[in-house]
Amino acid sequence: MSWFDRLKAGLGRSTERLSNGITDLFHNRKLDQDTLDELEELLIMADMGVATASRLSKALAKNRFDQDITPQEVRAALAGEIATILEPAAKSLEINPAHKPYIVLVCGVNGSGKTTTIGKMAKQFRDQGRSVMLAAGDTFRAAAIEQLQVWGERAGCTVVAREQGGDAASLSFEAVQRAKAENIDVLMIDTAGRLQNKANLMEELMKVVRVIAKQDDTAPHAVMLVIDATVGQNAHNQVEVFKRMVSVTGLVLTKLDGTAKGGVVVGLAEKFQLPVYAVGVGETIDDLHPFDAKTFANNLMGID
Amino acid sequence: MWMFDGLSDRLSGIFDGLKKRGALKEADVVSALREIRVALLEADVALPVVKEFIDGVRERAVGEEVIRSVTPGQMVVKIVHDHLIGMLGGDASKDQSAPQLPMDDSGLNLAGVSPVSILMVGLQGSGKTTTTAKIAKRLSGRDKKKVLMASLDVYRPAAQQQLVVLGQQTGVTVLSPIMGEKPVGIAKRAMQTGRQEGYDVVLLDTAGRLHIDFELMSEVAAIRDVAKPTETLLVTDAMTGQDSVNIAREFNEKIGITGIVLTRVDGDARGGAALSMRSVTGCPIKLMGTGENLDALDVFDAARVAGSILGMGDVVGLVEKARDVIDEQEAEKLAKRAMKGLFTLEDMAAQLKQLRKIDDIGGLMGMIPGMSKMKKQMSQVNVDDKGIAHQEAIILSMTQKERRLPKLINGSRRKRIAAGSGTSVQEVNRLLKQFKQMSVMMKKMGKGGGLKGLMGGGMPPGMMPGR
Repeated sequence: MSWFDRLKAGLGRSTERLSNGITDLFHNRKLDQDTLDELEELLIMADMGVATASRLSKALAKNRFDQDITPQEVRAALAGEIATILEPAAKSLEINPAHKPYIVLVCGVNGSGKTTTIGKMAKQFRDQGRSVMLAAGDTFRAAAIEQLQVWGERAGCTVVAREQGGDAASLSFEAVQRAKAENIDVLMIDTAGRLQNKANLMEELMKVVRVIAKQDDTAPHAVMLVIDATVGQNAHNQVEVFKRMVSVTGLVLTKLDGTAKGGVVVGLAEKFQLPVYAVGVGETIDDLHPFDAKTFANNLMGID
Repeated sequence: MWMFDGLSDRLSGIFDGLKKRGALKEADVVSALREIRVALLEADVALPVVKEFIDGVRERAVGEEVIRSVTPGQMVVKIVHDHLIGMLGGDASKDQSAPQLPMDDSGLNLAGVSPVSILMVGLQGSGKTTTTAKIAKRLSGRDKKKVLMASLDVYRPAAQQQLVVLGQQTGVTVLSPIMGEKPVGIAKRAMQTGRQEGYDVVLLDTAGRLHIDFELMSEVAAIRDVAKPTETLLVTDAMTGQDSVNIAREFNEKIGITGIVLTRVDGDARGGAALSMRSVTGCPIKLMGTGENLDALDVFDAARVAGSILGMGDVVGLVEKARDVIDEQEAEKLAKRAMKGLFTLEDMAAQLKQLRKIDDIGGLMGMIPGMSKMKKQMSQVNVDDKGIAHQEAIILSMTQKERRLPKLINGSRRKRIAAGSGTSVQEVNRLLKQFKQMSVMMKKMGKGGGLKGLMGGGMPPGMMPGR
C-alpha cells in the first residue's frame, strides 16, 4: 500500500463521518444559519478548533448565504480554503550544505514520536547520499538510547550516546564535536520528551541549544517540533511555548495513519506560520512523507 | 477575579447585564449554553459528548434556583461543574469502596485466583510502559503485592528493554525477554511464571496500536483470552483531541476495557478527553499520571479534571495540598511580620523552605488558575524546584547580619555569596531584587489586606498574580 493510500485509508474514516455529515446537511438546501452552525461543528470534530472552524464556515457563508448549494460544492469550497491556509506550510526540511554538520534539534512532548521520526528522517538523508550522525539526547527515559541505536542501525548511521541519566547538553556538545571531526553532513539530536509547562525541563532544553550554539553560532540550523496528530487543542500551547523557548523552525505531524486527522494543523498553520516538514503515517522506516497541502485538505474533506 | 479565568469569565459577561433586571430569560440561558459549549470544545471534549452534556445542564439551568439566584453566572458555573464531576466520577466512586480491596483506593479489581492479571492497552506514545511501572510500584509498595511485569511489545525498538530498566528502578520483577517470542507466547509464559512462582499480580504491557489496525487488535484480543485479565486498562494521553471517542469506543468494543488511565495530567492540556472516554465507554477513569517520577500516579480526581476542563483550576486541591505541607502557625507568623514591614531575607528563606516541601512546584502551579497567563513571569522568578533550592542556598550563604541588613551586601560580598552557594553573582542580584520587590509588595498587602487568605499567608508574594 502506498503512503498515499494509507493516508487516504486513514483519513477516509474520519472523513467519512465528516463528509457524510456534510451530505446530510446539504441535501440541496439553502445555506442558512442552522446549517452553518452544524457545519462548524463538523469541522470542530476534525480537531480544527472553535476559532478556525468558525472562520471557515463564515467564509463559506459570506459567499453562499441563502443560495442553493450541493454537498460537493461545500466540500470543494472548504477543501480549497483549507489548502490555501496550508499551502505555505508545505515545505520539507532542506539541508543547507553550507553548514557542516547541518544540526537538527528534535523536541516535543512525551510520546509524540521523536525518536521514530528521527530514524525515518535519517534514512531519507542517507538515501540522499548524506552522512548522518544521531545523538541520543534523551538521557532520561528508560531505554530511549537503545531505541535510537536500533534506528541508527536501520538507517545506517553512527549514534553518539552515553549512559542513561547523563547530561543531555554535554552529550550534545560531544556530538557536535564528533560530527565536525568526522565531517558529517547532518547531525540529528534527539531530546527527552517534555511537557511544555515544566519550566525546569524547558530550561534544560534551552541549555542544549546554548551549548550547540557555542560551537557553531548558526546552529541549531533547524529545530523540529514533533506533534502527535491525536492531540487536540493543546497542540497550540505546545507550539507556542516550544517556539518561544527554543525557536522552533518547523513541525512534524505524526500518527496520521489513525483516525485522528490532525485538523489542528490548520489552526497552527494560520497562527504560527511554521512549515510542516513531514508527516508520519506508520511504524516502518519508510512511513515518513512530505506534507502536501492539497492532498491533506482534499482527504480531510473526502474529495478524491 | 483572576481565579476563574475560564468559563466563569465567559458567563459573567453574559450575566452581568442581568443584575439590574434580576431575572433570567430563555435567551440568556441559550447564550450561556453556547459559551459552555465553546468552553468544552476548546477543552477537547468530543462534540457528541458536549451535546449530551449541554442537554443535561439545560434541564437544570432553566430551573428556578438559577432564576432566583443573585449571581446567576456563578450559579450556572456551579451547575456545570457539579454536572461535570457527576459525569466524570460515575461508578468510579462505587468501585473505590469495593470490598475486595480495603487497603487500596485505586479501584483496581484484583479479585480472583492468584495471579490475577492487568492488561495495559492504548495507542502509541500514550504512556503505557511508564504507567505499567507506576502501577506495579504502587501495588508492590503500598499494597504489598508480589508483582510481575511483562513486556509484550515486540515491535517498538527497545520497548522490552525499557520495561526491564523500569523494573530495576522500581524493584519489581520483569519477565526476562526471549528474542523472537510472540506476544501471545509471552503472555502465556508470564501467567505460567506467575502461577509457578506465587505472584499475586501479573502486569502485561502491550505494544501501542491503532484502534483501526485489525491485525494488532486481534492480537491483543488473543492476549486477553490467554491472560483473562481482571482489569483491562486503556491508557490515554490527557492531551487527546476529538478522536478520543473513536479510540475509546473501538478499544472497548474490540477488547472490552474495564477502566481508563489518564496520563500527563500534569501538563497544561484541559483534558476534555477524560469526559469523552468516560461517556462513550461507561468505564471509570481509575488512575491518573501526574509526573515523570515513578511515584506520580494518583487516584483519579474528578474535581481536579473538571476544574481543568472548565479552565477554572483546582482551587480546592491547591488549598488542600498547600495545607498539607505548610506549617500554618509558621505561615501566620511570617504573614504578620511581613504586614508590619518587618520582612527580612531570613523570612524569605523560611518561606522558600516551606515552599520546597511541596514536592512538585510545577504540579502545584498547574493547579493555580490563571497561571498559564503568567508563564513568563514565572520563568523570570525561577519558580521551580531547582530555582527554589538555589535561592535558598544563596540566602544560607549569607551571614546573619547580611540577612537582616541586605543593604550591606556590596560587590565583594555578592561574589562571596555566589561562590558559597554555587551560583552566580547574577543569581544573587536577582534574588536581592526579588526580595526587594517582595518587601514592597508585602507592605502594600499589609495596607490593602487583600491576598493573604489563600494560603494562610504562606504563599510568597513573588508567586502571586498581578504583581
